[in-house]
Amino acid sequence: MELEGRIEVDDLHARLGGREVLHGVSLRVEPGEALAILGPSGCGKTVFLKHVVGLLVPHRGEVRLDGVAVHRMDPATLRSVRSQMGVVFQGGALFDSLTVGENVAFPLRRHRRLAEERVQEIVAEMLNLVDMAGTQDLLPGELSGGMRKRVGIARALVLGPKVVLYDEPTAGLDPVTARAVDRLMAFLRERTRTTTVLVTHDLLTAFAVADRIAVMEAGRIVAAGSREEIRSSRHPLVRAFLESSAVSETQGGGRS
Amino acid sequence: MSVNATLERVGSWTLSRLEEAGAAARLLARVGRSLARLRWEARETVLQMSRAGADSVPIVLLTGLFSGMVLAYQTSSQLLRLGGEGFVGGLIAVSMAREAAPVFTAVTVAGRVGAGFAAELGTMVVTEQVDALTVMGVDPVEFLVVPRTLALVSMLPALVLLANAVGSVGGYAVSVLAGVPGTTYLQSVRQFLDLHDVLGGLVKAAAFGFLVALVACHKGLRASGGAAGVGRATTGAVVGAIAWVLAANYFLDVLLF
Repeated sequence: MELEGRIEVDDLHARLGGREVLHGVSLRVEPGEALAILGPSGCGKTVFLKHVVGLLVPHRGEVRLDGVAVHRMDPATLRSVRSQMGVVFQGGALFDSLTVGENVAFPLRRHRRLAEERVQEIVAEMLNLVDMAGTQDLLPGELSGGMRKRVGIARALVLGPKVVLYDEPTAGLDPVTARAVDRLMAFLRERTRTTTVLVTHDLLTAFAVADRIAVMEAGRIVAAGSREEIRSSRHPLVRAFLESSAVSETQGGGRS
Repeated sequence: MSVNATLERVGSWTLSRLEEAGAAARLLARVGRSLARLRWEARETVLQMSRAGADSVPIVLLTGLFSGMVLAYQTSSQLLRLGGEGFVGGLIAVSMAREAAPVFTAVTVAGRVGAGFAAELGTMVVTEQVDALTVMGVDPVEFLVVPRTLALVSMLPALVLLANAVGSVGGYAVSVLAGVPGTTYLQSVRQFLDLHDVLGGLVKAAAFGFLVALVACHKGLRASGGAAGVGRATTGAVVGAIAWVLAANYFLDVLLF
């Protein structure tokens, strides 16, 4: 199945450990569009993302990729669809036993039949793209948090995916590194025009990367719209996010 | 505590045990399916064979040697008093081949390798590396579980052979020191030990390897809750693997000997 990159979420309900985490989330993301889901920790953002990539099965409702429900795909279709998606996990999720180069080459070796020289060329290009040139032989344990995210992004993009999902890409980073990762994501999005869904609790990240922003609170979408619409929203949670970001910018943590 | 609350707790405990058993059965089925389709990672299998096998040699030599020595110490002193020195070698060799070497080696490997499998897989789960494998279209069972299972199924019999060898040497030395003539000891081994004892021990070792790997991988893949969860999974893997080895030992003895 060749992905175009349209994501439709209808009335998604999720239960984890007997507790309802998502309460009827409905969203649309058009091919090439970037949507940020903004919300506080524990509101269900990551659970939402895991449903999009088929790691969790909905309790009710469904997630469709190009019109096909993810949880009804047969294993071969799901594998093919996943090979056209890139997922950047919160901590990078780099394989500890592999070097940086082997991590980035991993999807290539699994899904493309390429000569080793070509694999090394692509790995070097991708690492250069995320400003990590020459780090092929380092182990993940030797990298800082920001470097791990960059390598995670390189690995997620190495197959040229149609859909990229970012899970809290700036969580745990200092403000300067977080803004650098924002710029990298915005640059990559401009360059590739892939469908992008990013979940974050960082308003600055959402504003830097997304065309549209949906605000999630306790498993529900409570506000959605363009950056301007979100800026002018009167919803208390949105106002709280806007005010805390204004504070962090005046304290020197804003975008440079 | 009210009757309702007690019933609720019993029901909840029963459900969680059933869910655990179901997950283990599903993992077993997936491992069986991958093996039947000959789908696993050759490179990872060789790596795990080296870690589970070669790296376990020193501790297995140590446990094998002292098992043989203790067996010899106990049997020599008793049988010499009864004039039964002609049975010492055979008793030690058969005990080592059938029971001591397979069981002690499996328990040692459960503690060393099984704990390692559970901790490694548990860490991969809580740091989302297993999710990363899945979204890259890689089956974690084929990539992680089957290589570890094959490694232990093939390496545990080899380790048991080593334990048998050093245990026999240790048993011989202690028996001779205790007063059993060396020629009598060796003649007794030749008289009582046959190939069936050794092969039976190796079959048991392969079965124990399968159980230890499966229990450890199952516990590791179900880890949750960060470092504490990985710790719980590791403890559960060692305790579970040893319990399964000891239980399976009885039934395998009934079947094989």
